[in-house]
Amino acid sequence: MSLSLDDVKRVANLARIEISEDEACRTLTQLSGIFGLIEQMQAVDTSAITPMSHAQDVMQRLRADAVTEIDQRELFQSVAPQVEAGLYLVPKVIE
Amino acid sequence: MLNASLKQLSAMLAARKISSVELTSEFLKRSRALNPTYNAFITLDEETSLAQAQAADTLIASGRGQSLTGIPIAQKDIFCTKGWLTTCGSKMLSNFISPYDAHVIGRFNAGGAVNIGKTNMDEFAMGSSNETSFYGPVKNPWDTAAVPGGSSGGSACAVAARMAPAATGTDTGGSIRQPAALCGISGLKPTYGLVSRYGMIAFASSLDQGGPMAKSAEDLALMLNVMAGFDARDSTSLEREPEDYTRDLEKPLEGLRIGLPKEYFVKEIDEDVARAVEAAIGQYRKLGAKTVEVSLPNTKLSVPVYYVLAPAEASSNLSRFDGVRYGHRAPDYLDLNDMYRKTRSQGFGAEVKRRILIGTYVLSHGYYDAYYIQAQKLRRLMAQDFAGAFEQCDVIMGPTSPTVAFNLGERSSDPVQMYLSDAYTIAVNLAGLPAMSIPVGFGHKNRPVGLHIIGNYFAEAQMLNVAHQYQLASDWHTRMPKE
Repeated sequence: MSLSLDDVKRVANLARIEISEDEACRTLTQLSGIFGLIEQMQAVDTSAITPMSHAQDVMQRLRADAVTEIDQRELFQSVAPQVEAGLYLVPKVIE
Repeated sequence: MLNASLKQLSAMLAARKISSVELTSEFLKRSRALNPTYNAFITLDEETSLAQAQAADTLIASGRGQSLTGIPIAQKDIFCTKGWLTTCGSKMLSNFISPYDAHVIGRFNAGGAVNIGKTNMDEFAMGSSNETSFYGPVKNPWDTAAVPGGSSGGSACAVAARMAPAATGTDTGGSIRQPAALCGISGLKPTYGLVSRYGMIAFASSLDQGGPMAKSAEDLALMLNVMAGFDARDSTSLEREPEDYTRDLEKPLEGLRIGLPKEYFVKEIDEDVARAVEAAIGQYRKLGAKTVEVSLPNTKLSVPVYYVLAPAEASSNLSRFDGVRYGHRAPDYLDLNDMYRKTRSQGFGAEVKRRILIGTYVLSHGYYDAYYIQAQKLRRLMAQDFAGAFEQCDVIMGPTSPTVAFNLGERSSDPVQMYLSDAYTIAVNLAGLPAMSIPVGFGHKNRPVGLHIIGNYFAEAQMLNVAHQYQLASDWHTRMPKE
């Protein structure tokens, strides 16, 4: 499988990372090298194997449906780039 | 005092031969003096550290001191620390004063330990040389032309240069063990789930694990006693009875079965590394251990599998950095999407972007089965390989890294070469096993060599015993670099 420049640009857009034409070209070379390495995986027949998503086979814990957090909005918003009246400010999305 | 063990420091504090304020001041002074050369710390904050030391002295005076009370510990800058700048080595978090403590930080605070500073690291823990840090590379204290390893390179350097008695690290593919090996110190990656990941900035959540870095196995055991433990805020934290990891340190090694994977002792290992590792294994035979050849047939696949799974998880975890709630935000943008794109483009360095792009690609439509699912299947094969090997042995040994520390800049232009240097350590994270590295000599240019000791699940106490007995019979762990 070979990666194209369009693939790099498409993925960069999906990942919301701005990328210049120049960077995209360099990235293509590096990613092609890495995918060359990754391709080694395809040589193994794994049809009978169950995927392993996690190191320990444990069940998700359940907890009582009770309020456990206290209100720390002011503290958390003290490190935000832009807030007003307790709200995080972002550029207008809907006209 | 620079070479004193944690136990010795604790005894000195308890006997009031020294106060925590004096001890902390001494290490702070040394850190301030050496940091311009080594760049091991991103943040030193004398005022806060000394206030903690003062509080520790009060605790000790009232007879309520614990094993690490009053002892300065360097914290990797991946652990959120309330009131401290917590950058994860990234421009993205270069203005982030954490509003809360990671579980690990909370444990050290509860134990009365002193935070002596936040250590430098590869950006978001993605790197094997500390060269991807936004704050510049850390230097190896044994040879400043060499890298310290990564990603916990600042922590490894701080301990090796005796800027702190011990430090914390995190290990996703070798980030505790490889820098420990390259800097000539001891480091342990616990069984996945033993140390809470709460407040530890996520890289690849199914692989990330915090652990201790110190001069000796005995110190690691004392550190792990504080760090390990159940935490309901981490959904993968394991509910287990607390253990005393020092309990087996003094056991003799008579009858210990050491597995030597034939796939680990191959021509890819540099001769100097092979020599030091074989000498260490020879020492283990003298201590009564037996060696047995084992096989981990899928070892070669660990790097490709890791570079699918870790970037996939990273691309998802790092999507939270969008410039809205904390961290860097681009100064100029057209609209919301443009703000995301510019913020992330400016905030992340080249290696982090590379891994986000790989991860996004392997998770994208049409490629998910071929890459992500295939990698997860191979992950199971690798875990099964280890399970088979542990039927024949108690611990597995080999080199931590195939080479001694390489030169700064030597591998930074070729990511594939950089990735391949982690082949031995990565498989352990995929399986979720515990493993450690201890110093066993010096190789090329007098740079340190590390022995990799892999244990079965929850065998930390046994591995620490195995490492401690070697350290009783050798003095590599007491060597310190010239300034």
